[in-house]
Amino acid sequence: MMADSASSEEVAVIGNTDITSVESENNLINTMVERGTALLRKMEINVAEAEKRTGKNTVNMQETYTVYLIEIRPAETVPEGGTPATPDTLWRRYSEFELLRTYLLVTYPYIIIPPLPEKRAEFVWHKLSADNLDPDFVERRRVGLENFLLRVASHPVLSNDKIFFLFLTEEKGWRESVLDTGFQDKVDSRLKSLSAMFRVKNPDKRFTALKQYSDELNTVISQLLRVRAKVADRLYGVYKVHGNYGRVFSEWSAIEKEMGDGLQSAGHHMDTYAASIDDILEEEEHYADQLKEYLFYTEAVRSVCRKHELIQYELEMAALDLAHKKQQKEELVTGTVRVFSLKGMTSKLFGQESQEQRESRLAALEQGIQEGEESLKEKNTECQEFMRTAWEDIERFKEQKDKDLREALISYAIMQISMCKKGIQVWSNAKECFNKM
Amino acid sequence: MSVGAPRGLASSGQKPIAEILHPLSAAEEPLLVPVNVGGEKEAGLTNGTPVETSSPASASSLFNRLQLDDDLEADVRDLYASTETRDLFVTVDDPKKHVSTMETYITYRVSTKTSRIEFDLPEYCVRRRYQDFDWLRIKLEESQPTHLIPPLPEKFVMKGVVDRFSEEFVETRMKALDKFLKRVADHPVLSFNPHLNAFLSAKDLNKRQGLALLTKVGESVKHVAGGYKLRARPPEFCAMGEYLDTFSQKLGTIDRIAQRILKEQSEYLTELREYGTVYSSWAGSEEELRRPLEGVAGCVATCCRALEDQSENMSQDFLPVLREYILYIESMKNVLRKRDQTQAEYEGRLEAAILRKQEDRTPMPVEVEKCQDKVECFNADLKADWERWQSNKRQDFKQLLTGMADKNINHYEKIHKPRTLCNRDSLFVLTPRQYNNRLIHRSS
Repeated sequence: MMADSASSEEVAVIGNTDITSVESENNLINTMVERGTALLRKMEINVAEAEKRTGKNTVNMQETYTVYLIEIRPAETVPEGGTPATPDTLWRRYSEFELLRTYLLVTYPYIIIPPLPEKRAEFVWHKLSADNLDPDFVERRRVGLENFLLRVASHPVLSNDKIFFLFLTEEKGWRESVLDTGFQDKVDSRLKSLSAMFRVKNPDKRFTALKQYSDELNTVISQLLRVRAKVADRLYGVYKVHGNYGRVFSEWSAIEKEMGDGLQSAGHHMDTYAASIDDILEEEEHYADQLKEYLFYTEAVRSVCRKHELIQYELEMAALDLAHKKQQKEELVTGTVRVFSLKGMTSKLFGQESQEQRESRLAALEQGIQEGEESLKEKNTECQEFMRTAWEDIERFKEQKDKDLREALISYAIMQISMCKKGIQVWSNAKECFNKM
Repeated sequence: MSVGAPRGLASSGQKPIAEILHPLSAAEEPLLVPVNVGGEKEAGLTNGTPVETSSPASASSLFNRLQLDDDLEADVRDLYASTETRDLFVTVDDPKKHVSTMETYITYRVSTKTSRIEFDLPEYCVRRRYQDFDWLRIKLEESQPTHLIPPLPEKFVMKGVVDRFSEEFVETRMKALDKFLKRVADHPVLSFNPHLNAFLSAKDLNKRQGLALLTKVGESVKHVAGGYKLRARPPEFCAMGEYLDTFSQKLGTIDRIAQRILKEQSEYLTELREYGTVYSSWAGSEEELRRPLEGVAGCVATCCRALEDQSENMSQDFLPVLREYILYIESMKNVLRKRDQTQAEYEGRLEAAILRKQEDRTPMPVEVEKCQDKVECFNADLKADWERWQSNKRQDFKQLLTGMADKNINHYEKIHKPRTLCNRDSLFVLTPRQYNNRLIHRSS
């Protein structure tokens, strides 16, 4: 393919910069942003179109699904006046996006992984279809998926992931390479101990606060979306009912002399008014999607919090284990039993152990303590490392969130202003007609 | 007496009416037009086809159009017209609640200023209750059966559900009564009716006093059975009837639409209020986003207020005018029916006379000729009233609909301004920080 050769250079560069997460963790936030956009600077990513397909699924049942066309083309390599390079394209299903995200979620526990667009339309109002094959829904999902890819591609760490790169470039065999990373094993082992988080003794204040915040954000955004859907419903009603004026005015105009013309054209304006709500609300749906992205982001934030708790728990367990061993040793050395224990009982019942036995037990304990100390140190480092890297990403996320949501609010305000302008326009036109009556 | 008269009733009589912005009373000036030209016929008035504006306009419509074109000029003309033709000014205001052991009712102050010689004094101020208005209307209908009597507001707006002593109800009814009385007082014939005189000036309204004046017309009309088929109803009256049927149907639809809009708006308002609350509560848990979120919450609150205003406006100003016209149509149909009866009576007598004539060759009896005169009078009166009514209607609806458009524009402007402010406010915060994230939003 021609485009292939054009982008192969980029491929090589990106492939080589597949730096490990540890390496990138050491960077400051500012440089992270720059580094993160590296992929986007070299490559333009689009989800260009969606297509309906029918095929057999795993249980050999006929199913209809939608595939999305991903286009990548080298950015800024188009010479002035030249035609842009033909993009590399490949098709992906939503479920493959899901797999990619799960992989990222497991591989980068300290990163707030960008969410995918909703699986099923939520917070719909009556005019919106909840059908997954509905063209409007597919279109909004297409935009959402593109947004997801751009978010990952602009992320300082995620953008350098090899699997992500393959997702964009290798249509065949990608699923196998993901599964080869063995990320699923990690999921399983980690998930088993998930319930541990309830027993964390000293939760980190920052993470507790973050968790609380993401809960709040989740509540408030879902509430907002729910109410917005209702508001949209009602507004739609108000506009559409005005449309009835259009009909009545035009029927009425038929029996009037002087008033007829004015009424007739005013009726047309009322029709326009009623029709204008469709565009307004369609535009507003984009705002809702922006909010939804952050609603789903809160889940990603919580996931990072959960993973932190897990590490914290492991650390606490290690510390507990060490403390326990130390106590045993102390008991053994001093021969006192501070706490009533089975060992104390046996020693009371069967008399003192032989010196030899004591020595060997002491040695074993000491080794245990040493191991424990090492493991504690390790866990401590792991925990601190996690905290540091996670917090970096959280800071990045906060900034991104504030910026995005502010922009979303502003564009929402602009939308409302243009709605008002449209309203004023239509009613002014109608007024002119009424005035001529 | 003059103390009790409304302050606005200046000698020119022009100002107070111009000052009242309520649509019910605001369409006052146009009433003058038919006084000048109303008597002139415009045959085939309602032939059901809309007339091109470019077609040669009748004197009255040209006059009207001129009047619409320039408000300032119209004012001058109105001033001229009013000094020329108007000598009776009435106002209904100041509702008062009376509680006695027997009943509770509301009275309204009826103030009159006039230079007519039929009145002993130039000014009157009396208190009347709804019943009295009702009496007046019945009397007018009885004594002037050939004329279109303006409608009174309904006795109960909604079957029993309405609190008749609520401020809103009394206010709306007062406006409607004011409108009724003004329409009567501006009518070239009705305004000279002695019952009106009594209603406006008598200290205690003796409702029996009118009985003696009762003309026979009303009764004789009742004698004629409705079963009689008219030989030929003049086409213009057929057209009127058809017009009224369609018009009342359309008004009914508009009324239903308006009510539906009100309902949708009130539901919208409920949701919008909650919407604002959610934004405020979100603002509470944010730092950087607090200001824009509060901004949006503020805007939503403004929208709520604007919407409340609009809904109130609609239910208090828009709907009553519609209702008045729906009732007006009923009055009109009533008059048309009476006209038909009169014609039927005439035709019946004529037929009988012709039969007799063939037998004994006597001349046409006088009463038949009288009957014919009556029909002709009726037709003339009705046509004149129809013209007046059409002209009023046009002005009223022009006013009403323009007002509706204005209210909507106003509404959008109210919610437009704060949003612009909010937008600028947050843009200011944002501008220094707009960097490469644009790329991400390219998709949108």
